[in-house]
Amino acid sequence: MTQQFTLTIESGRNRLGEQEGFDRIEIRPGDTLSIVGPTGSGKSALINDIENLAQGDTITGRRILINGEEPPEAFVREPAFKPISLITQNTRCLADLSVEEFLLMHIRARRPGRDDLLDETINLANTFTGEEISLKSRMSGLSGGQTRSLMIADALVIGDTPILLLDEIENAGIFKDRVIQSLQRGNKAVILVTHDPYLALTAGRRIVMRYGGVSSVIEPTGQEQDLIEDLAVVEDRLHLIREQLRLGASFSSDSSSGSSSGSSEVLIAAVEQGFQLNRV
Amino acid sequence: MKLLIIAGPPSGGKTVVIRQIIKNLPEGSLPAFLKIDVVHATEDEELAEEFGIPVKKVYSGDVCPDHMGILVLDDALHWAESLSRNILIIESAGLCLRCTPYTTHSLGIAVVSSISGTNSPFKMAPLLALADVAVVTKTDLVSQAEKEVFRESIRKVVPDIDIVETNAIQGTGLRYLMRRIVNQPEIGQDPIMLRGSPPLGVCTICIGKKEIGWKNHFGVIRPLDMPEPLYRGD
Ligand SMILES: Nc1nc2c(ncn2[C@@H]2O[C@H](COP(=O)(O)OP(=O)(O)OP(=O)(O)O)[C@@H](O)[C@H]2O)c(=O)[nH]1
Ligand SMILES: [Mg+2]
Ligand SMILES: [Zn+2]
Ligand SMILES: [Zn+2]
Repeated sequence: MTQQFTLTIESGRNRLGEQEGFDRIEIRPGDTLSIVGPTGSGKSALINDIENLAQGDTITGRRILINGEEPPEAFVREPAFKPISLITQNTRCLADLSVEEFLLMHIRARRPGRDDLLDETINLANTFTGEEISLKSRMSGLSGGQTRSLMIADALVIGDTPILLLDEIENAGIFKDRVIQSLQRGNKAVILVTHDPYLALTAGRRIVMRYGGVSSVIEPTGQEQDLIEDLAVVEDRLHLIREQLRLGASFSSDSSSGSSSGSSEVLIAAVEQGFQLNRV
Repeated sequence: MKLLIIAGPPSGGKTVVIRQIIKNLPEGSLPAFLKIDVVHATEDEELAEEFGIPVKKVYSGDVCPDHMGILVLDDALHWAESLSRNILIIESAGLCLRCTPYTTHSLGIAVVSSISGTNSPFKMAPLLALADVAVVTKTDLVSQAEKEVFRESIRKVVPDIDIVETNAIQGTGLRYLMRRIVNQPEIGQDPIMLRGSPPLGVCTICIGKKEIGWKNHFGVIRPLDMPEPLYRGD
């Protein structure tokens, strides 16, 4: 299903009734897009419009096309034909089932006959979380991080769709780097809502939301590269400190400033510069 | 006149779905609304105020609300007709999961919430099995995988039912329900019949005798070790 696949977002209107700041967005396998904006700015609504393959029938009035046309009804209504997997912000699952029963039922809905995907899904999920999930666990008893890990693995292995939507994976108590690595495999189009600067900036395109609609689509021209590299350093450092904290470390004022002061100055300068660019 | 019969467990989202239906009816539609409940309901007043449509409410008190609905249905159709309405929407109380209020010549819509548990479709099998459409609400509160597993669970109970998933508050996905409603034929001249036979609920407990034990009662009774209820009368 992945070859020659294009998803098109046709613009709608924001809460103020204004036309959105783009005409159409075309998304192909291998593309990554981030969606950024304040809380309540319509990020989840955009993701949901894509998941529902909206046809002008939601409050935004957006239309979502596949290969330039209105998608067949089965794409919307039959999980087995749906080309989109969505990982929502939910960190609780209410299904009164064991993990095994849940996954097998989902396999039946999405990939009938492929019960062999069960082990692959749970194994991948367990690479995303430090708290091991067993097939006998109850879905409703999983922690937030376990639920998230399982849902991401489910989307990657059982869904295995050309388009993957993620709603804020960063705050979920999971190994983010491993998730990102898995997402990048398999030539999928990945669209993620995020507040994480590194994730937002490294995406191929950035959709900026405001007042319930898209205000602009930014296509980086390479000028943000320095900022990305700085952020990578900061990220590494944060990661290191987080790991050390986890192992019971304590820090003196010496060790906590160190090399970081230099890079944070660069960072602030770069942010200011970026801010000015936006204002032009 | 078109007849829509909407049933489902309490708080499943029936009224929210009905609001969306009324909002999205094609031009020229003149809806009337009937709510059947046991002792308390406010839907009639809310919908009358919001949409300015004729409404009615029936309290069933001690009787199964679905039985009561069936008894008053004929009168309700005449009532709506006398007001020159062309679509009658009936909201059942959603308490009796065993009775089904759907009739021939109507569109039977079962409204169930996706947060009611994966096994809930099995518990309300008759309510789903005799419906034309299952509207699954509150999909905004569950993950995509969970929504699809719930769908699978409905499919296990009724393999061919038309399933419409929605965030009923926003109305997403209801275009498929609206299409069914638009294509639904008028009731015509044929007699309207129940689709299934509801279970009997007639015994002396129903009329207020409070003693426990079948030996104290008449009507449809059941000793513990008997596989089927039996009729005991004079
Ligand atoms: N988030 C969310 N809430 C919903 C949805 N559908 C219904 N609700 C809420 O669920 C509650 C019950 O909805 P109602 O439409 O009153 O349910 P009902 O089936 O008519 O309930 P009764 O007539 O009292 O049996 C309300 O608070 C609704 O706002 C939905 O799709 N999403
Ligand atoms: Mg109601
Ligand atoms: Zn009943
Ligand atoms: Zn009785």
